[in-house]
Amino acid sequence: MDLKYTAEEEAFRAEVRAFIEAELPADIGARISQGKRVRKDDLTRWQRILHRHGWGAVMWPERFGGTGWNVIQQHIFEEERADLGAPPQNAFSLKMLAPVLMTFANAAQQEYFLPRIIAGEDWWCQGYSEPGAGSDLASLRTSALREGDHYVVNGQKTWNTFGQYADWIFCLVRTSTDGRPQQGISFLLIDMKSPGITLKPIIMLDGEHEINEIWFDNVRVPAQNLVGEENKGWTYAKFLLTHERTNNAGIGHCKRALKRLKEIASVQMANGRPLIEDLRFRDRIAQVELELMALEITNLRVLSATANETRTLGPEVSVLKIKGSEIQQALAELKMQALGPDALPYLREALEMDWAADPLFAAHYPDYAAPLSGQYFNLRKTTIYAGSTEIQKNIISQLILGL
Amino acid sequence: MDFNYSDEQLALQQTLQKFIGRDYGFERRRALARSTLGFSADAWAQYAELGLLSLPFPQEFGGLDGNAVDIMLVMELVGRGLLLEPYLSSIVMCGGLIRDAASEALKRDLLPRIGAGELKLALACYEAAGRYDLSRVACTAECIGGGWRLSGGKTVVLDAPSADYFLVSARSGGHAAEREGISLFLVARETAGLTLFSYPTQSGGRAADLRLDNVVLGAGALIGAAGHGLASVERAVDRGIAALCAEAAGIMVALNEATLSHLKSRKQFGVPIGKFQALQHRMADMFIAAEQARSMAINAAVYADSDDAAARRRAVSGAKAYIDQAARLVGQHAVQLHGAMGVVDDLIVSHYFKRLTMITLSLGDVDFHLARFSATSATSAASAPAAVLQGPV
Repeated sequence: MDLKYTAEEEAFRAEVRAFIEAELPADIGARISQGKRVRKDDLTRWQRILHRHGWGAVMWPERFGGTGWNVIQQHIFEEERADLGAPPQNAFSLKMLAPVLMTFANAAQQEYFLPRIIAGEDWWCQGYSEPGAGSDLASLRTSALREGDHYVVNGQKTWNTFGQYADWIFCLVRTSTDGRPQQGISFLLIDMKSPGITLKPIIMLDGEHEINEIWFDNVRVPAQNLVGEENKGWTYAKFLLTHERTNNAGIGHCKRALKRLKEIASVQMANGRPLIEDLRFRDRIAQVELELMALEITNLRVLSATANETRTLGPEVSVLKIKGSEIQQALAELKMQALGPDALPYLREALEMDWAADPLFAAHYPDYAAPLSGQYFNLRKTTIYAGSTEIQKNIISQLILGL
Repeated sequence: MDFNYSDEQLALQQTLQKFIGRDYGFERRRALARSTLGFSADAWAQYAELGLLSLPFPQEFGGLDGNAVDIMLVMELVGRGLLLEPYLSSIVMCGGLIRDAASEALKRDLLPRIGAGELKLALACYEAAGRYDLSRVACTAECIGGGWRLSGGKTVVLDAPSADYFLVSARSGGHAAEREGISLFLVARETAGLTLFSYPTQSGGRAADLRLDNVVLGAGALIGAAGHGLASVERAVDRGIAALCAEAAGIMVALNEATLSHLKSRKQFGVPIGKFQALQHRMADMFIAAEQARSMAINAAVYADSDDAAARRRAVSGAKAYIDQAARLVGQHAVQLHGAMGVVDDLIVSHYFKRLTMITLSLGDVDFHLARFSATSATSAASAPAAVLQGPV
């Protein structure tokens, strides 16, 4: 039993840190650090910088151009990235679709799509949820009918993240209505420029455009864009969801947010003293910090158990997802609460870099305040997306506990 | 990074598991808890044979040079088996304190006999007015010609009724809750002026209040330097806290197993009750709590031997504050999910529940440890407030 990183791992951490400090463009770092609105260009530029260094895909094996890092190295990279305020990479392309392509796609698909993902040429989004298929994903109805060497797709997808930026969408579609709902699903790759695709923004509770509805009206998709076998898509979808959840412990993000919370609580004043000296508030921070300490170790226990194996993580990632999402929310809540009355102003324009507060207002309104309430509202999504907390508990009950 | 026990540790674990399965069944344990002694003298002798009693001691004193992770492994099983023997008091806390703070001569005298199961010790470090504060010592130690005279009282001294010696904290200088001025003494049970009021505890163990009336001790009874004993007591108690965390983690795993098995076998409305989602989600919460608790127990064990008092305190107090809450959740849910079966004395469930509950009140409760942890947490932030204007969100 030894909780220390090895000397090699510490050296690796230093290397990652030095690289990010040297290469992260200042304007991108500033937007991420200050909670300003992030643009597509920020993420693709960063992706290309990583790619040029050979670090475009930190969770891929080397034969597909990835770094071949083990899960501990990936974890270290993620911690340093979050701590230094570098943007997250596109998880839909790199962490969700790519493992499906590597495992189930044919050689032609792999050779075409994977290099374009790692080079930051294609932006992928996800077409899973539908208005009538949320937690009960298998009840999805978007249809794909085979006509010669094409599928004709009709239906509606929703809760699509950043589809407005996307070049491609990977979709679960219904190719058969025979048997159980799970049996007639296929996994289809669709060019977002295809005629018949309409995208409509959904504005979230923080006032931001992050998600969309997408309609498919007789969209013709070449049959060669089917991944794996027809009607086997459910297997691929479940495989993908396990990968999606693995990324959601968010330890690096949470550690950064905790540090930030303490910094804010040290300068916010209450009763003439720094808020962090208020014992009630200090204990609230301590409770979240304890949860995070425990999760960090639980996460490392899970990772180190698989560090030298090729097996993908099992249902234990549900534990990480539940706790990680709750901690993210708790930290966002405390950061907002730390502002007190300054949490109330809603200033959309303050999320742009060139915003300057009116001097009268700036006298009491700290420059870190503007994004915090919106972040709290926005992060309510974390216990809902990627399998809600309740679905995760079902998974734990059934797959771990055997109930 | 390695979260596995070594082969040697696994062998020890297996041996102890086998012992519990064979010699320490639930009915046997219930009978022992009701006996006069309150535990099994035979079991204590067997622990000595297995090397458990000399585990944390240096080889030169007949020990096995074990560390806090070895202790964690033992304590997880102490939890699972609900073992009643005074391992925590005698070996982990007092044995560890003597190893760290006593003179060579005293170590040579005591450690081999403790390891052989011939001597048992108890730590008398809390007083009525002090709650969990180790520095609030009113018991006095007066330096008299060639020795010491102690007067005062010690409360809820765990495992005191069976102890041959007590390690007693007493004030040789300073006042009230001052950190300086506390000295540590080795007091034999039969010393004149020492009286015990003994009682059973809620979870089947034994404890006593100690009354010291002009107890006269020789100069050799002082452990460490006069007036500087507090750090040694804190260290011993920190190690005890880490051990209690491991015990609680072991109980939670065992209690979850028992509850899960009940959910699968108990039928109502024609199906096993584990088919109901309201119960499934409670069980999932218990599973998560036990996993997280075990992570914190590991962290506490890894830091329990540390010489860095601040890092040690952060790890053990953090673990205790977390585990006390997890223990309440798992214990209360387990009773609830067992229905009426959860509130009877005949099933092990209520015994696990009671032990978990008493752990949450031993060596500092959740509020005590949360405050300690929270204080370290605030200090670490206060050091860098200037970064707030540039730092990432």
